[in-house]
Amino acid sequence: MASASDCISQTGPGLKERNYFGFSDCSSVDRSTVSSAHLESKNNMNMKATELRLGLPGSQSPERDSDFSLLNSVKLDEKPLFPLAPSKDRICTLSQKTVASGNKRGFDDTVDGFSESKTTNFSEGNWMFNATGSDPGQAKLAGNVISIRPSGTQLAIKSEVPAKTLQESTNKIIGTNTANAPAAKAQVVGWPPIRSFRKNSLVTTSKTNDEVDGKPGPGALFVKVSMDGAPYLRKVDLRMYSAYKELSSALEKMFSCFTIGQCGPQGAPTRKMLSESKLRDLLHGSEYVLTYEDKDGDWMLVGDVPWEMFIASCKKLKIMKGSDAIGLAPRSVEKCKNQN
Amino acid sequence: MAYSFPEEVLEHVFSFLSSDRDRNAVSLVCKSWYDIERWCRRRIFVGNCYAVSPEIVIRRFPELRAVEMKGKPHFADFNLVPEGWGAYAYPWIAAMEEAYPFLEEIKLKRMVVTDESLELISKSYKSFKVLVLTSCEGFTTDGLASIAANCRHLRELDLRESEVEDLSGHWLSHFPDSCTSLVSLNMSCLGSEVSFCALERLVARSPNLRTLRLNRAVPLERLANLIRRAPQLVELGTGAYSAEIRSDTFSNLADAFSACKQLKALSGFWDVVPSYLPAMYSVCSGITSLNLSYAAIPSSDLVKLISQCQNLQRLWVLDYIEDSGLDALAASCKDLQELRVFPSDPFGAEPNVSLTEQGLVSVSEGCPKLESVLYFCRQMSNAALIAIAKNRPNFIRFRLCIIDPQAPDYLTLEPLDAGFGAIVEKCKELRRLSMTGLLTDRVFKYIGSHAKKLEMLSIAFAGDSDLGLHHVLSGCDSLRKLEIRDCPFGDKALLANAAKLETMRSLWMSSCSVSFGACKLLAQKMPRLNVEVIDERGPPDSRPEGCSVERAYVYRTVASRQRLDMPDFVWTHDEDSSLRYS
Repeated sequence: MASASDCISQTGPGLKERNYFGFSDCSSVDRSTVSSAHLESKNNMNMKATELRLGLPGSQSPERDSDFSLLNSVKLDEKPLFPLAPSKDRICTLSQKTVASGNKRGFDDTVDGFSESKTTNFSEGNWMFNATGSDPGQAKLAGNVISIRPSGTQLAIKSEVPAKTLQESTNKIIGTNTANAPAAKAQVVGWPPIRSFRKNSLVTTSKTNDEVDGKPGPGALFVKVSMDGAPYLRKVDLRMYSAYKELSSALEKMFSCFTIGQCGPQGAPTRKMLSESKLRDLLHGSEYVLTYEDKDGDWMLVGDVPWEMFIASCKKLKIMKGSDAIGLAPRSVEKCKNQN
Repeated sequence: MAYSFPEEVLEHVFSFLSSDRDRNAVSLVCKSWYDIERWCRRRIFVGNCYAVSPEIVIRRFPELRAVEMKGKPHFADFNLVPEGWGAYAYPWIAAMEEAYPFLEEIKLKRMVVTDESLELISKSYKSFKVLVLTSCEGFTTDGLASIAANCRHLRELDLRESEVEDLSGHWLSHFPDSCTSLVSLNMSCLGSEVSFCALERLVARSPNLRTLRLNRAVPLERLANLIRRAPQLVELGTGAYSAEIRSDTFSNLADAFSACKQLKALSGFWDVVPSYLPAMYSVCSGITSLNLSYAAIPSSDLVKLISQCQNLQRLWVLDYIEDSGLDALAASCKDLQELRVFPSDPFGAEPNVSLTEQGLVSVSEGCPKLESVLYFCRQMSNAALIAIAKNRPNFIRFRLCIIDPQAPDYLTLEPLDAGFGAIVEKCKELRRLSMTGLLTDRVFKYIGSHAKKLEMLSIAFAGDSDLGLHHVLSGCDSLRKLEIRDCPFGDKALLANAAKLETMRSLWMSSCSVSFGACKLLAQKMPRLNVEVIDERGPPDSRPEGCSVERAYVYRTVASRQRLDMPDFVWTHDEDSSLRYS
């Protein structure tokens, strides 16, 4: 079967490799450097943007404004500001420091400025937007406000579409209709804002009309994921991933707190963050296996069939204790282990 | 102070007040009015289940008969709220079991309801009548079976768009033969087949049945028999509307429809075979509400159907209707008040139908009573929006979704600020607005200056800086709900407008630039606001304070800010230590 251990990134047109787990050390450092340099220039440019000009609409040209948001989102969204699992400690600290130092200074200034100047305002009940425009801390903050824009919500692996679309629409001066990448267009979580109920209904409608052979059409494919011992279950959109590895990474992240095992009161995890490698061991080693219920109601081990076939037949996912999964196809267990 | 009227008289007077606002106002007049009012209040609406606790409600209103409640924030509909966040109905149901033995109605929206809750409901209240679960989840058809079996006087069972684990259709057969009180049954969200015999018998012995919404599994061949047994139906949701094309099936169906003289609303229509649509023509002139949003019907057939419905007030349809169909709609349906156009292929890269901004312009021109719109399209221009605003200043709800986020005016490539600006300027009664497309801080300035009646605003991928958010928070006097995703709005605007947040029901911000530090500060300064940081990356204080949180959900509350059902990915202010989040 197609190897599920291929790297995460897609090489479709316009899509970029992601390094959310800090896989390639040097590039995350490079990006940090780029971003802090970028911060400086952003700060200069953004002083204007932060000025409160209540009486003067349209004093900035719209094109330039959109350029701001473009550059911000395109350049800065790709860097792994907050590595999801701080395993490679060197890299994490480094990137956090480089970025955070710029951020922190500006933000602290403003927050302190806020709490000090605001105490009087609080008690007077007189709320004013602190907008002198000449406060350097504020300018930095504004820059930071835009620059520390996170790259998306939890399943953020393919959330770059809006940035890409923007870039194309203004750079190429073509309508957005024609500039989009074809088939491999990634999806932003929760966009367009259509209820799952409706989305799922559309998928099956188009299936019936087009007489496709059981392959799920475009659209989200939400399945529930439960884990033995976890107090609640989660949902994932299988269409967000194109390979098993992506799926298992996402699940690791989602359920990491449960695999750690140390829980405080109410089942809340402690502050300790496990190393990523240990997580993987837990998930792929003897402790837990990932299984799914297929269309016929049978429970199978994940990883056995080609990805496309898997998502066409998967109804539910379950992270089981390895010992419970013994009844499932032993050959698949072997395969799983070998892949990792 | 001399009391002019005895309590009973005041109670009687108050009984004519149905609106919550009026009743709340009455209870503020004086202590004695507060007391009288609270004893005679029968219905309450809780817009955010975490804004208040069951104990507080029960203490204040000891004699409720009807409770309506909402749980998760609206963006949960689009999977932006992680599973397990909360909004559990059980604690409320359990608390009310003891307090309200005469409870008759429970209406829940976006809450997690378990089978246990349903069973408890079915067994606790002797005169239970109405259960409406809108966009709820967490229960199975077993729970429904309890309701069917035990609620002897059940009038309404409405499962609007809830996510039900469908174990089997057997639940319907649990309605005892003695149950004849049904007025409304909506099972359209269920997947599996129910026993058609049981369904027919149920319908036949329910003379008061006004609303029947079937699920997709009910085939067209069965529809005629069902309708025949309920000619008094006012609202009908069909099942799958497809069958082999046979004249006897058709005439059977047409006959059945023609007997339904009271029919006002139609929905369902999965898997439509357009040749069967004319079977409905006899009722079309009376139809005021038509939901074809699951029906893949080509534009020409849609036009034929719609032009029969001269009294149409509400139309939900897929974009198969195209601009040409909307032109026809504008020409025939002069009473149209609400239009929703959904995308048939939202994830396709290229448009699959010819539906553009022009359709909306036509409808706004042709339908003088149009006041509520939800429109999905792929292109928009300022010129079109300005024209729409000029044509239709009576909009109350305007929700536009351009499929490509941050799409500019396709003609000029400018942001759509001017267009939406025109909407808020001209439509002075606008209460709800959703915007998409390329938008700068300017549009928010317009909104802040003009949208004085705006109660709910949804923003995505818009704005340039905190200024945008500040305009909205400082300018929109009537704002109750604000939901934002993927916008560069952050701490400054939030903190500068902290007091405003207490005048609103809630604020949702995801993938914005709100830092954990600001959340802490906000929570410290505003003890009546619950500032929930919803972040799946682990404890927020393991990251630098300036880091943005994934999601912040801020809502006013008089209940505890450390709700007991908080999952591990939610952090709120720790009351014990004012400097730490736990």
